Amino acid sequence: MGQTLFQKTWGRHAVRTLPNGQTQLYVGLHLVHEVTSPQAFDALRARGWRVRAPERTFATLDHIMPTRLEARPFADVMAETMAAALERNCREHGIPLFDRASGAQGIVHVIGPELGLTQPGMTIACGDSHTSTHGAFGALAFGIGTSQVRDVLASQTLAMSPLKVRRIDVSGTLAPGVYAKDLILAIIGRLGIQGGTGFAYEYAGGAVARLSMEERMTLCNMSIEGGARIGYVNPDRTTFDYLRGRRFAPGSSGDAAAFDRACDWWRSMASDPDARWDDTVQIDASSIAPMVTWGINPGQSVGVNGQVPRPEAGAPEAAGVAEALEFMGLTAGQPIAGMPIDVAFIGSCTNGRLSDLREAARIVAGHHVARRVRALVVPGSQAVAAAAEQEGLDEVFRRAGFDWRAAGCSMCLAMNADRLEGREICASTSNRNFKGRQGSPTGRTLLMSPAMVAAAAIAGEVVDVRTWRKDASVLAN
Amino acid sequence: MSSRIDRLVGRAIVLRADDLDTDRIMPARFLRSVTFEGLEAHVFEDDRRALASQGARHPFDDPARQGARVLITGANFGCGSSREHAPQALARWGLRAIVAESFAEIFIGNALMIGLACVSAARADLERLRQIADQQPDLDVVVDLESRRVHAGDVVVTIHQPESSRSALLSGAWDTTGQLLEHDEDVARTASALPYIRGF
Repeated sequence: MGQTLFQKTWGRHAVRTLPNGQTQLYVGLHLVHEVTSPQAFDALRARGWRVRAPERTFATLDHIMPTRLEARPFADVMAETMAAALERNCREHGIPLFDRASGAQGIVHVIGPELGLTQPGMTIACGDSHTSTHGAFGALAFGIGTSQVRDVLASQTLAMSPLKVRRIDVSGTLAPGVYAKDLILAIIGRLGIQGGTGFAYEYAGGAVARLSMEERMTLCNMSIEGGARIGYVNPDRTTFDYLRGRRFAPGSSGDAAAFDRACDWWRSMASDPDARWDDTVQIDASSIAPMVTWGINPGQSVGVNGQVPRPEAGAPEAAGVAEALEFMGLTAGQPIAGMPIDVAFIGSCTNGRLSDLREAARIVAGHHVARRVRALVVPGSQAVAAAAEQEGLDEVFRRAGFDWRAAGCSMCLAMNADRLEGREICASTSNRNFKGRQGSPTGRTLLMSPAMVAAAAIAGEVVDVRTWRKDASVLAN
Repeated sequence: MSSRIDRLVGRAIVLRADDLDTDRIMPARFLRSVTFEGLEAHVFEDDRRALASQGARHPFDDPARQGARVLITGANFGCGSSREHAPQALARWGLRAIVAESFAEIFIGNALMIGLACVSAARADLERLRQIADQQPDLDVVVDLESRRVHAGDVVVTIHQPESSRSALLSGAWDTTGQLLEHDEDVARTASALPYIRGF
């Protein structure tokens, strides 16, 4: 009987069984940021403990970062306090910190892969639910709370129970104008925002095999929005090609044979063909349209040519649908296309990578943001920003009327100055449309792909990126 | 070693909703801090303000519910962000137990780490609990982890909990760090057997 990647990786990292039956699990890579770590470092300090494996721990600043470049100290006093606390904690414990001076600062889930820190067969923990992103490489990567951050800092392990594995087999091909973001929104729409509780999602099948690493990251990133703490893709040639030559990848010191040996091990960690999955789901990628969320959780979405649903009397979700419609100011049965927007946000750990910016830039090139729409692009990292600027994408966006900002989490959760005002409606490439998520308690979020957000910014309303202008055939190129 | 938690007793507070996410419980702007202190003042702040502006009252603003110890709510409680600020705020507000149809996974783990008991009950049973709690704000509700029951006046319902959580709370071993530090040689052995630690 074969094993899944989950079972193999879990087995290799299991230290022992704890008295309550949970597994003490070794954490191969611990990523740290400024929001969920200061209390954990304080707990260590209070007990006189040291960080057990500073060489397996890496930090960056992302959530509170101002996206307009400014010198330290930051004008935002709280941002300065949080940044200074992380700097002190990293200094005290010998943890590398990728700050702006390093040139490698960015959203923690963007820089881990970029630096080659994220590798197949690892366990990866971070005090952030979108840690599932790193599963794109065939790692078991999951979000933890601050008490668990404390545990990992102190022991490089945590107490956890194993998950079941659901294989999501995606056949067919995504149509032009349809992206990994649409695929994951469609999967969550089908399986529900709670459907993944207790599961790791293994994304497989021809459509997933054909996705680039950046697209796989988008897919795995939103696993948690479907309730699955972990999402992963088995490592393959695409994974290895991405990792080769990256700063922290094996063989980066010039030992090419080490990289080959690593590839052999990584390949061996992939799910075996005769593995047993706890559940299997089939999805046809060809049938998926560009998706738009209409509600207040990521499962409330519809194809761009679809209509906002009606609450079905007696259905368990009826109250939730009614609440969402009221909050969003929508009428049951109305088409989602044509919904006016006030703000367009392109960025986040879901869609803030170079390929995302390229897709959006292709749409906006030669156009201008609609009157009254405020639009911003926030690259996921300094490296993404530099690469985009090298290609002239920043100029494309600026000419089209977008703000071109510095790297950070920004308006995904509005812990910095970038936020919605009042009841503004935002077309957003981020991951959550929860009430108040983008900084205004009454602000409204429509989640979409970068291409769809770009098109909405130009049109001033939700449009189908496949057909919104005559030369949309550019997408087929 | 943390203290044993086997039986939680106190008045109840009811939230009739499914999918209450951690952004709702604790909006991100209150995460702009380096401690958890004072978070209790902001629990469900945006929901509370929204209702107040419509002339209605959120249960967390109801004087009769102040000092409640047991939250009775719906399905998928605590979904979304992994922020421990959410269970921290609920515990600091005074809650000792949450009874729901189901919980999001990261939330239930975070709650366990701070000794906040999360137990689930069938939808119909939850409705019975919510009704009696609505009618009798002064009623003491008993969440008994040992016998796997919640008692609220005449209403007695069966609760469920992952065995690992239940045993951690009942034995007082829910504060895990001490246990994780006990066998460092095993940790070192596991690590050194990993090719990416050993070096490829």
